[in-house]
Amino acid sequence: MGSIWEYANPVKFSRTVSAVLPYVAAAALGCLAVGLVWGFFFTPDDYRQGATVKIIYLHVPAAMIAINAWLMMLAASLIWLIRRHHVSALAARAAAPVGLVMTLIALATGAIWGQPMWGTWWAWDPRLTSFLILTLFYLGYIALWEALEDPDTAADLTSVLCLVGSVFAILSRYAVNFWNQGLHQGASVMRVEAVTGADTEEKVSNVFFAPLMVCMAGFVFLFLALVLLRTRTEIHRRRLKAIEARERMA
Amino acid sequence: MIALLLRDLKLAVRAGGGFGLALAFFLIVVVLVPFAVGPNTSRLAPIAAGVLWIGALLACLLSLDRMLALDHEDGTLDLLATAPIPLEGVVLVKACAHWLTTGLPLTLVAAPLGVLLNLPQPGYGWLVLSLACGTPALSMIGAFGAALTVGLKRGGLLLSLLVLPLYVPTLIFGAEVARRGAEGLETQVPLLLSCAITLGVLAAMPFAAAAALRINLR
Amino acid sequence: MMPELGKYAGTVLSAYAVSLALLVVLVLASIVAARRTARQLEDAEERRKHG
Repeated sequence: MGSIWEYANPVKFSRTVSAVLPYVAAAALGCLAVGLVWGFFFTPDDYRQGATVKIIYLHVPAAMIAINAWLMMLAASLIWLIRRHHVSALAARAAAPVGLVMTLIALATGAIWGQPMWGTWWAWDPRLTSFLILTLFYLGYIALWEALEDPDTAADLTSVLCLVGSVFAILSRYAVNFWNQGLHQGASVMRVEAVTGADTEEKVSNVFFAPLMVCMAGFVFLFLALVLLRTRTEIHRRRLKAIEARERMA
Repeated sequence: MIALLLRDLKLAVRAGGGFGLALAFFLIVVVLVPFAVGPNTSRLAPIAAGVLWIGALLACLLSLDRMLALDHEDGTLDLLATAPIPLEGVVLVKACAHWLTTGLPLTLVAAPLGVLLNLPQPGYGWLVLSLACGTPALSMIGAFGAALTVGLKRGGLLLSLLVLPLYVPTLIFGAEVARRGAEGLETQVPLLLSCAITLGVLAAMPFAAAAALRINLR
Repeated sequence: MMPELGKYAGTVLSAYAVSLALLVVLVLASIVAARRTARQLEDAEERRKHG
């Protein structure tokens, strides 16, 4: 009793998901509603950025989830490769589209925010570029899952891709830093103050910080709810395929 | 292993092996660029190094799916998997053969093509050097992508989608060497980093590619 | 009730609209897929028992 590996059993996992999901979904909805309404209606404008500072409540949590979703996929892939639990592989598959949508939100809000603040929708700033590359990794990962017929082969190959992709994502991050320094320094001064999490704590007062934390929690719960739901869907789909295959055999 | 290398080289050079295809593609890309951006030499010169790198990278990508797919179709790959040499070695040899038939010729023709794009005088040596250092990584990463998609009927497009993001570090450092070289700047740091990426890829990637290949051959 | 957004009203509102639209699409797609597979699975299990 109490071991986390119990949930490697698909039936037990599905049952637990069904029990837990309403609460997680409610928590997500509650936190998002409170955080976004608080942030949108009841926080003052920033003295330098005006009302655009309100975008932070979507931009920062989405970016955080986008990165952590990949880390979660990495962990799930490792668990699948080492312990061969199907639920783990399916969870990685379920998380990928969520992560992709989060990167899209982060990029879209970033572009919309960047337009008035730095006068451009897009700059080849290291941070933005790394995120774009992350989006490409998500796309490749999802495409590989879709392309392969056999579920176990697909799980294995996507896991290997996830591991290799993680290494290259980090390499790209440093490479992009290097490359951008070579091209134009100083273009990111505005945005570093505006966007990075560390600076938010230092530079942005508590007025913005508290609702931001609530939104972060909301996004985390939302991610959790979506991954649980989608993993259960994947489990169902897998079982469905197995039954259909057996019917064809009979 | 040497026999395998020679066999792959022979197959590639033979008609229909796709040996000249990458070179022709590279040439066409380079010829098309001035049509797109205009014939102004002062505009072509600063982008020449980058265009040559992109052209070489795409030409390299073009021939990746034949690296393993043909051997998979006729069953050679299954034989190689049971052969006494480890699969990691097979993948390394395959990547090596791919480089000798694609990366190396691309490196050699890059300098003449640089003339077409008005590459600044000091850039030629650095361009060739950066391609020589970078293209082995392209072949090796490509071998990994080919191993991932070898079982698929139409893996070509997916292969590009998987491999292109993995090419980012190599491209950045390689093109940076060529660009800085062309502008007469210091090139040691990106050159060393580019070599580091290539060596790291050559050391680690055969294992990942062989793992993917084993899964596909199960 | 609407806060004073000033000249950035369009910016802020479009950012919220885009993000919420993407989130809603994601959530709805997940729920629809979940419902559909659950129903298909139920049918299949029925067939297995009675067929």
